[in-house]
Amino acid sequence: MHVEVRGLNKHFGDFHAVKDVSFGIAKGHLIGLLGPSGGGKTSILRMLAGLETPDGGEIVFHGKTVNNLPPQEREIGFVFQNYALFKHMTVYDNIAFGLKVKKANKNAIRDRVQELVELTGLKGFEKRYPHQLSGGQRQRVAFARALAPEPQLLLLDEPFAAIDAKIRQELRSWLRELIERVGITSIFVTHDQDEAIEVADEIMIISQGRLEQKGTPWDIYKEPKTPFVATFIGESTLIENADELKGFKNAGGSKPTKALIRPEYIEVGQLNEFKMASATEQGIVRHLHFRGSEWLVEVEVNGHKLTTYRSLEKETLQPGQEIAVLVHRAYLFNDDRSWIQENGLKEDPMPVFI
Amino acid sequence: MNSLLRHRGWTWGFRTTILLYFVILIVLPILGVYYNSFSQGFSGFVESVSDPIAWKSVLLTLKLAVLATVINVLLGTMIAWVLIRYQFPGKALLNSLVDLPFALPTAVGGLMILLLLGPGSLIGGLAESLGFEIVFHQPAIVIAMVFVTFPFVIRAVQPLLEELDPSEEEAAYTMGAASPRVFREIILPSMAPGMISGGMLAFSRALAEFGAVVLVAGNIPGRTLVSSVFIYGEVESDNPAGAAAVSIILLTLSFLILWLINLAQMRGRRA
Amino acid sequence: MRRLWITLTYIVFFVLIAAPLGKMATNAFSGGFSGFREALARPEALHALMMTGLVVIVVTLLNTLFGIMLALYLVRADWLSRRIKGFLNSIVDLPYAVSPVIGGLMIVLLLGPDSALGGLLEQVGLKIVYAFPGMVIATLFVTFPLMVREIMPVLQEIGAQQEEAASTLGAYGWTTFWKVTWPSIRWAVAYGVILTVARSLGEFGAVLVVSGNIMNKTQTATTLVYQDVENFNVTAAGGIALVLAAFSAGLLLLMEWSKRRKEVH
Repeated sequence: MHVEVRGLNKHFGDFHAVKDVSFGIAKGHLIGLLGPSGGGKTSILRMLAGLETPDGGEIVFHGKTVNNLPPQEREIGFVFQNYALFKHMTVYDNIAFGLKVKKANKNAIRDRVQELVELTGLKGFEKRYPHQLSGGQRQRVAFARALAPEPQLLLLDEPFAAIDAKIRQELRSWLRELIERVGITSIFVTHDQDEAIEVADEIMIISQGRLEQKGTPWDIYKEPKTPFVATFIGESTLIENADELKGFKNAGGSKPTKALIRPEYIEVGQLNEFKMASATEQGIVRHLHFRGSEWLVEVEVNGHKLTTYRSLEKETLQPGQEIAVLVHRAYLFNDDRSWIQENGLKEDPMPVFI
Repeated sequence: MNSLLRHRGWTWGFRTTILLYFVILIVLPILGVYYNSFSQGFSGFVESVSDPIAWKSVLLTLKLAVLATVINVLLGTMIAWVLIRYQFPGKALLNSLVDLPFALPTAVGGLMILLLLGPGSLIGGLAESLGFEIVFHQPAIVIAMVFVTFPFVIRAVQPLLEELDPSEEEAAYTMGAASPRVFREIILPSMAPGMISGGMLAFSRALAEFGAVVLVAGNIPGRTLVSSVFIYGEVESDNPAGAAAVSIILLTLSFLILWLINLAQMRGRRA
Repeated sequence: MRRLWITLTYIVFFVLIAAPLGKMATNAFSGGFSGFREALARPEALHALMMTGLVVIVVTLLNTLFGIMLALYLVRADWLSRRIKGFLNSIVDLPYAVSPVIGGLMIVLLLGPDSALGGLLEQVGLKIVYAFPGMVIATLFVTFPLMVREIMPVLQEIGAQQEEAASTLGAYGWTTFWKVTWPSIRWAVAYGVILTVARSLGEFGAVLVVSGNIMNKTQTATTLVYQDVENFNVTAAGGIALVLAAFSAGLLLLMEWSKRRKEVH
């Protein structure tokens, strides 16, 4: 189903939970709503489901405004954070509930439940009650229950939050495959960026009720549109004054400009390892952490602590060692704008002005 | 060594005292009633029970207690629902008032009903002119029973409703279920254990109730004489064997209910 | 819909609780304040209130002491086998299932003047039934589960680990009880005490049977209410009932308060 949201707003008392959010989702896509807790992700999801009424804006499914449709008529499946399985019903009855509500005939119900039980790997557990299942199994039941009435849109609220770290990994790839196989448009909420990056086709970053950026995980990582997105996704070090970095003087013109530097933006080594020695700066190695496949290096440059990775193949550094540091690029931002800029000294040591 | 021995003896003496107190206070009297009612053999028991005043009192008690229980399950479930689900002025006050019938002496409860509905009162007079008779008739007994057992169902259903996760209802809504269906299939089954166990407690208390009932019932043998009042009458007229015979019928019934409640709770805990 | 249910709830509370209470209060003062005072100032009324007070004090003390000990044994004692504990645990609730009248009857049958035990005690000069000791025993019987059942869940919930920790730190039985166990159970005990006071204050059936309801000797406040009603002296009955109801309402407030304290812990 094609989903379109325009100018969505929601207040809870004085609290403005969702601020003017607009987006569109293509049919069959799997979207992750990512952001810090309390940022409004769940409110957006619940408004899509019809469990919460928007104060303003429009929700359009398939070209039809559904603002006034109750949840019963939106043809959605909803997987709750704590699963919300019906405690007094067996696995079978839980999955069959939506079909019984639709007054499907008995055989059809049995076949569909059977199909989902097999799809979710719950065969043999049909007669069990929710309290007799493990967390991962409950999650699967919640999933099968939501899919049973063949909804057009699947909404998942923190689907893995209540599961142990080990099983979570397994369930993520399982969920991704399953959604691909069923081919249903899906939106899930999470506060875990690894989860969003791994599972989603597209991510929407939500913070303080605003949609900060929408795009594929790679696009968002590569080109964060707002400082919030830049800090939230991936690791980075913040430099309060970009002027203090060699190669970024006057980068923001007269405006005070800040810089975010990701580990992969930085290269460290002996001076002779660099082609453009003039672009490097002197630094001191402060700490070295062995990270299995590489070294995490903390260097101090002009009083700023920067972190980067260094291959194990290269010469091993020592704490206290003097070293050359090259900042290839930085994510710069001030009150007006934000942009990614390459190191100005790297290009050409002798710029020619015409 | 000496002090250790003395210490030990003291401990065991202490333990024995506590356990003896417990057994003598609770077990011995109950065995005593069973022993006494069969002291003239089984035929004596049958004779006592087959007295029409005796068995009619037992039947009447059962009938009225069932009625009071049904009323209480309905009212109690409704009130539990309102007190948990709705916000309204005076809610906290009502919630504290629920326990009043437990705190109030039953004789006081009986007196209150007598005063409110009695022959000299406004409501009593009104009902009388309409041809109803409340006090000294069966309706008064039912009202007294409902009053003293009022909190049971409410207090049993409330925690279940509180525990019920609202997203369970929302899940049913997203699957297309309308409100009446959600109530029937999601909410009611969640409340049912409380309605049943609260109802059984209320029933067993209604069977046993004496203080409130004796004041309002009029105690006419065969018509408004309930078992507990009958037992009291037998004791007063120095016929403890007759009192004991009816007692063990009531007792056995109550123990059965208690056992059922325990069984249900145990199953609930395992579930 | 919502408004309908709230209205219905208010109606039930009014009809079942507020109206009877209000009626009783106005009735007690129907002869003016002096009528109320006269009802209370009768020598038999004063004596009955004193008897009730005595029963409440003795029963509450005994029940609290034995209730705490028994709850500790039923939860913690390792010198009792599991099966015995299970059995004892199941009989704790029996008094709930016994009609108070039957509870009184039991004591009459067991310790009354016609019984073997009662006869023996009477020869020694100890009168139990139709006297104060019998009334205390009867009330102890009906209040028995209240204290035990309040404390046991708390003890189970806190577990034995804190106490074990105390013993590894060198604390012996009494120290452990006062420093570790008592602080966790004290609000449950307070709640149990309030329940016991309320129940023994209001106990009627068992006491009526055991005491014989002898005026100025074994008559308590509740049995005096009964006798006044039987003698068609409804106004006097209302006066004493109002005093009892006021006490109950006070206890109810205490209950609410200690329930809240209990939850904090």
